[in-house]
Amino acid sequence: MTEKLAHTPAGAPVRGPRALIYDLGAPESSCVLAPDLDVPAVQLDAVLGGTARVTAPRLPHVTELEIMRHYSHLADMNFGVDSGLYPLGSCTMKYNPRINEDACRLEGFAGLHPLQPADTIQGALELMHGLQDALAQVSGLPGVSLQPAAGAHGELTALMVFRAAHTGAGDPRRKVVIPDSAHGTNPASVSMCGYETVTIPSGEDGMVDLDALRDALDTDVAAFMLTNPNTVGLFDSQILEITRTVHDVGAYAYCDGANMNAILGKTRPGDMGFDALHINLHKTFSTPHGGGGPGSGPVCVTEGLARYLPAPVVRRGIEGEPAYVPHTPEASIGAVRSFWGNFGVLVRAYAYVRALGGEGLTEVAEQAVLSANYLKERLKGAFDLPFDRVCMHEFVLSGASLRREYGVRTLDVAKRLLDYGFHPPTVYFPLIVEEALMIEPTETEPLDALDAFADALIAIAGEAATSPDMLHDAPYTTPVRRLDEARAARDPVLRWRPRE
Amino acid sequence: MLRAVGVSEVDELFADVPAGARLESALDLPSGMGEIELTTHLRALASRNVAATSIVSFAGAGCYDHHIPSVVDHVLRRPEFFTAYTPYQPEVSQGTLQAIFEYQTGICELTGMDVSNASMYDGATALAEASFMAARVTKRHKVVVSGAIHPGWLTVLRTYAAAGVIEPVIIEPVQGLTPIEAVTAAVADAAAVVVASPNFTGSIEDLAGPGAAAHDAGALYVVASNPILLGVMEPPASFGADIVVGEGQSLGNAMSLGGPGLGFFACRQQFVRQMPGRLVGRTVDVDGNDAYVLTLATREQHIRREKATSNICSNHALNALAAGAYLAAVGVEGLSGIARSCVAKAHYLREELLKTERFSAPWDALFGYEFALRFDGDVDSMRRELFERGYLAGVDAGELDARYDGLVLFAVTEKRTRAQIDAFVAEVSSL
Repeated sequence: MTEKLAHTPAGAPVRGPRALIYDLGAPESSCVLAPDLDVPAVQLDAVLGGTARVTAPRLPHVTELEIMRHYSHLADMNFGVDSGLYPLGSCTMKYNPRINEDACRLEGFAGLHPLQPADTIQGALELMHGLQDALAQVSGLPGVSLQPAAGAHGELTALMVFRAAHTGAGDPRRKVVIPDSAHGTNPASVSMCGYETVTIPSGEDGMVDLDALRDALDTDVAAFMLTNPNTVGLFDSQILEITRTVHDVGAYAYCDGANMNAILGKTRPGDMGFDALHINLHKTFSTPHGGGGPGSGPVCVTEGLARYLPAPVVRRGIEGEPAYVPHTPEASIGAVRSFWGNFGVLVRAYAYVRALGGEGLTEVAEQAVLSANYLKERLKGAFDLPFDRVCMHEFVLSGASLRREYGVRTLDVAKRLLDYGFHPPTVYFPLIVEEALMIEPTETEPLDALDAFADALIAIAGEAATSPDMLHDAPYTTPVRRLDEARAARDPVLRWRPRE
Repeated sequence: MLRAVGVSEVDELFADVPAGARLESALDLPSGMGEIELTTHLRALASRNVAATSIVSFAGAGCYDHHIPSVVDHVLRRPEFFTAYTPYQPEVSQGTLQAIFEYQTGICELTGMDVSNASMYDGATALAEASFMAARVTKRHKVVVSGAIHPGWLTVLRTYAAAGVIEPVIIEPVQGLTPIEAVTAAVADAAAVVVASPNFTGSIEDLAGPGAAAHDAGALYVVASNPILLGVMEPPASFGADIVVGEGQSLGNAMSLGGPGLGFFACRQQFVRQMPGRLVGRTVDVDGNDAYVLTLATREQHIRREKATSNICSNHALNALAAGAYLAAVGVEGLSGIARSCVAKAHYLREELLKTERFSAPWDALFGYEFALRFDGDVDSMRRELFERGYLAGVDAGELDARYDGLVLFAVTEKRTRAQIDAFVAEVSSL
């Protein structure tokens, strides 16, 4: 019990569960009603025919005050980057600058209709063109589509581009090769694009096993997908040989850009020999994760593949045209979503690029890598470090010894971190490391926050030795405690129902 | 920090990058800006646009200028919501999880379906995902699709279909509607029949016919809906829909040049384990408290990898939060009032435009708050002229699909007043 109270996070008292908004309010309560009708009313039965609604939907009936109180309570039960250090590996939970939030709400951006004539949205097109240029510059790949809505969507888009290119060249292919350390989105995107996944084992150091790659490659392989820096936080120094080997069989090399934050201004996927890359603007370019979205996953490709990109892209106008115009690449695959992409997210990313400039972006990578290495050095005594060497912007610890010696699992460590006021790292990924903790501090965390986090993890490793049972039951101080997740899946309750 | 790490300069940390891949020069990007300079620059860019919201807009076609209650953005501005990641640690994510659970409830209530996922990228991708899901459920490939759905959505569907997992068969519309005979003729061995009502040109389709045809052939029935109109229109479940999708931007989200909005996606209980996307379910914690958690994750890519129901691993959580707050703000009375207002104003505008004799009706179909008219001159120059006078005169439907050449699509939301409509009609008359 003493441990329970020792680490209540500072700030507001913890707020516990809250009734659903559907169970609040008086039946007659409401907040915003429709304006009085100033045109002749219509008979819905007449204008909608047999489709007029018979039974009204049941929606909340609450006042504005009740709405604000409800969502304030819900917000208090949430943990964001603003709440504390959020070292989720591969997710790049950096600070979300507030000027970005202001910018995307300017009426000149937020109030635009997507089908306005191009000459009435020149500022928006200039912004998107500027962002395309910046992403081309940091990726070393000149063709850019801002349309994909998320990283997985970008992957799928790039695979569609490869498919179109191979098919267009009369060389349709069936397989895509990925290492076993890949994000799950990679094989899932492969399936959605109608390809078959061929998984190859990683080398013992988490790097690509070149022999396994060579064995898997043949002229039926459309692409090899690789995350570099990889999912254990290491830069694969064989990269030039890897991409060359892939190109030797006429396949494309795809870079999952989840870890772009490590290499801004230091090296570029295009220079490593990759043909395509997606960039997560919600990771590297500081746009907020939003509790799971909206993100944005632009795709950058070689000059040769640019003709297949989805439309529209933005190009400079030529004689007689406005300065910037929408453009459909000549062999475009079509479109992967409606309109231009997640424009509101693009505005935020553009603001970030312009705030930092080229020099600032390079410093981001340097600081992110330095902070990760610093934390790694501080923690390597308390946890197993499977790859004891310089890392990039993240590193992977293993809780294998804690499990073996004290029966404490990585899940217990993660839950206990919540009591110390930190969000846990990514756990149990990558799959190739036992009891993995994947830690990415990002460049925006100050030194004392890194130290406090390291102190907490070291203390928890100590608790594992002295009071393992206490860790099995952590957390103690959160709005709710460990959940019965099996019950949720066994007997799914996925919506509110009125009380009997 | 350098000393603690054991290096003398930060570049040593990048030694694994081979010489041939190192960027030896600085990034060729403009220098960084301070906050004052950046603010000025961003405002200047914004001012080079003419926001549809700053003039009188009748543009719709998948993105609508509805009023957004103030309270919605104040909810969105809570950083605990927008600076959080996906709620994988439910103990500290109850806010996001409960808000999504409430959103799922709202979508179920509007559509009449049993379950809703946590939202998708947009309406077009939700429709494509529904087609993939129907193919999985039925183990068939052919998807019979109404050609009257949004041309942009058709493009997305065709783009996704190029991989060969689904094969769309497009039913050519007649008089702005989907001919049931053609659906029936094409439906054998289909995975799904896909219809939108209202469709792209705003017309309300007969939903019962295609549903029966789909079910007779063992296909799933996929319906795309407008969420505002569902306040006054019978839910697609009543017409046999198995999956209901749509664009949810209208529910409290800014137009923002068409993104980010959200795709809603709901289906019958029996198909829940074939659904794409995230789902939030209710359970209890060890103390017996009600709590919410991402559930049925065995459908998803991080567990199932190439066998997952979709590659999607995010939702548009913040947009779904806005949609949930919007539905709470308007309630059932507000939503039906807004829908009635839109419908009445759209019918008024159409009548008045026909009176000018510059426009004619291409067909006589039921519609909600969007409709197509044929203009008796050059659509582009008409829209430019009216733009100069402060009006966004609908959408040039022919620009989206040559099938609609000469047609202008008008949408009228509750924000438009009779005075604005009358003044607009007077401008049209004076052209």
